[in-house]
Amino acid sequence: MAEINMLQAINDALSIALESDENSILFGEDVGHFGGVFRATSGLQEKFGRDRCFNTPLTEQGIAGFANGLASNGMVAIAEIQFADYIFPAIDQIVNETAKFRYRSGNEFNVGGVTFRTPYGGGIAGGHYHSQSPEAYFTQTAGLKVVVPRNAYQAKGLLLASIRDPNPVIFFEPKRLYRANIGEVPDEDYEIELGKAEVVREGKDITLLAWGAQVEIVEHAADMAAKKGISCEIIDLRTLAPWDVDTLATSVKKTGRLLINHEAPLTGGFAGEIAATIQEECFLYLESPIARVCGLDTPYPLIHEKEYMPDALKTFEAIKATVNF
Amino acid sequence: MSNATSDNETVHRVSFLDRESVNIPILKVLQADGTVYDKAVLPAIDEALAHRIYDTCVFTRVLDERMLGAQRQGRISFYMTCTGEEASIIGSTASLDDGDVILAQYREHAAIRYRGFTTEQFMNQLFSNEKDLGKGRQMPIHYGSAELNYQTVSSPLATQIPQATGVGYSFKMQGKRNIAICYFGEGAASEGDFHAGLNMAAVLKSPTIFFCRNNGYAISTPTSEQFCGNGIASRGPGYGIHTIRVDGNDMLAVLAATQQARAYAVENHSPVLIEAMTYRLGAHSSSDDPSGYRSKDEEAKWQQHDPVKRFKLWMINKGWLTEKQDAEMYEKYRKEILAELKVAEKLPMSMLDTLIEDVYDTPTPRLKQQLKDLKKHLKKYPDSYPNSKGRL
Ligand SMILES: Cc1ncc(C[n+]2csc(CCOP(=O)(O)OP(=O)(O)O)c2C)c(N)n1
Repeated sequence: MAEINMLQAINDALSIALESDENSILFGEDVGHFGGVFRATSGLQEKFGRDRCFNTPLTEQGIAGFANGLASNGMVAIAEIQFADYIFPAIDQIVNETAKFRYRSGNEFNVGGVTFRTPYGGGIAGGHYHSQSPEAYFTQTAGLKVVVPRNAYQAKGLLLASIRDPNPVIFFEPKRLYRANIGEVPDEDYEIELGKAEVVREGKDITLLAWGAQVEIVEHAADMAAKKGISCEIIDLRTLAPWDVDTLATSVKKTGRLLINHEAPLTGGFAGEIAATIQEECFLYLESPIARVCGLDTPYPLIHEKEYMPDALKTFEAIKATVNF
Repeated sequence: MSNATSDNETVHRVSFLDRESVNIPILKVLQADGTVYDKAVLPAIDEALAHRIYDTCVFTRVLDERMLGAQRQGRISFYMTCTGEEASIIGSTASLDDGDVILAQYREHAAIRYRGFTTEQFMNQLFSNEKDLGKGRQMPIHYGSAELNYQTVSSPLATQIPQATGVGYSFKMQGKRNIAICYFGEGAASEGDFHAGLNMAAVLKSPTIFFCRNNGYAISTPTSEQFCGNGIASRGPGYGIHTIRVDGNDMLAVLAATQQARAYAVENHSPVLIEAMTYRLGAHSSSDDPSGYRSKDEEAKWQQHDPVKRFKLWMINKGWLTEKQDAEMYEKYRKEILAELKVAEKLPMSMLDTLIEDVYDTPTPRLKQQLKDLKKHLKKYPDSYPNSKGRL
């Protein structure tokens, strides 16, 4: 087992995916010889040829529609959208087509072979066009799976599972962890099941839920809380659609409290959906209102990025307030 | 009515059109040695205009060199140069009326400079300080100024293209003899917004100049992987748009083409497409390393077409500039930029209250509440938030 970073883990997963299924094709802006602006696809064109790993013209709408067409005719399409902020030009193809291909055709056709990979999130001084977390736009769209890894190990296993899942998947990659997160990643081919949350740390006073880059933030907050004698259980949701209600509800029934942390704005964010569901599932077990520590209801700012972020300190404060409710 | 089939030539054997069927001449006025081609028709230009243009060239060169350096030193987070494309950008802007609205992509800071953006204003934006007109919300190089009719740059590519069509159309409705100009790269011309913008402009007769800087690359992607047609210009006639291709490293050619394009757009309430053939001499941005996708030889070849040098030689030939004056201009801007840089980097960031401003015309009750909660938190942990520390 090698210690590698998240980009290398993604590169490895893509290489295995192309190797293990000759119907699979990888494409996107600058992903060819250059290896992508973050270098996630480095070396793959050399390995698999220009027909299977290539640059597309600069059009996300085209990339998504092309992916749909490929997959509708039996191929496995792995498309990169250079930044999640630039997924919006493709939103018609993804929301109206990718998501509904199977449903609208009565399963005569489907585009289950589509996976969109895209770097998301802030913390890199990118301002509002290189920092957004647009997952909630897609969790509201039936027919799409939405997956977010938190480390190198997960990135490889979840990406392979996403590519091979018979449904279209949007795979959000936390770009601030691309090089920062380094961990042991098996060399071999492995998958992590989609739709399953992971209990990262056991605890008894409160459940902290996050995904992607925010998991390490809540871990940090939990360490601070531990010094105050508060024991936090930490859950990484991993798949947002469809999400694992059972694992979370079981945890909340045990701890009696829940805090959800995400980087996207509070209003209309996915935390609202989770809170409402857990309130239904666990109403009689709850000892305090479900807390949400999220981005503010503003575009993602540049200079006030630190202030905007649902960071460990804000999470720590919310943990205390919830436990002492 | 205008469906072309009625007056088509008829043939009786199958014959297809291809990229060679579209023959697009390229306008050149100025030669590499600074002399004008024999038969070339000069644009309207006098000594004062030439100086204003050249001054902008020198400023931009120095700014790009200095600020790329500043980025390398970690003083600013990001930078983009327009080195090699000065003639395309300045030649076109210099043909406009100050009331014409500019919608830039991001590599056109020479255009806002030409309009009068001060060195101080550049530095304020680059350092995102409290005097930045954009209130420190966007990354460096996203300039904008209502006073100078230069709409603030937005990072998503090509979104400005259909917007320009709307701006142009609004001038027509307002009865003003003004136009919109929008800049974009040959890469951005692949976006759906390009088609939407040009087709609407043609159909709705919007006085708009679509100015494509065809500089050979979109990040690492060369034009050969971007399109297969005859550049971007070949698309213009397809939309029914007046179109011209110019040597984008030739200041006088760009000036001539844009002057006439503007006159045509105003007189006919119609769009014009200009494709300027140029080259991105520098990296895509400060985050990019072009050695991974293009050769030093290729870059060296294009160095010989340096548009600033060519225009300088022309001015010297005209007796409007001396080498000594030229050197003094560079020196003046090196000093000025360094001095302004030092001031700007010390200014504080915008106040925290600006965080919730301009989301709507006035902050909603929910935003006000979020700010209140945030301030309470920041007061408790001021050291963790250096940009707002002590300035709540
Ligand atoms: C919608 C969208 N997709 C992707 C990007 C990322 N991106 C920024 S610049 C760029 C290349 C643009 O190339 P071109 O339009 O040719 O302009 P140039 O940089 O060559 O001046 C890309 C892909 C973006 N900003 N917006």
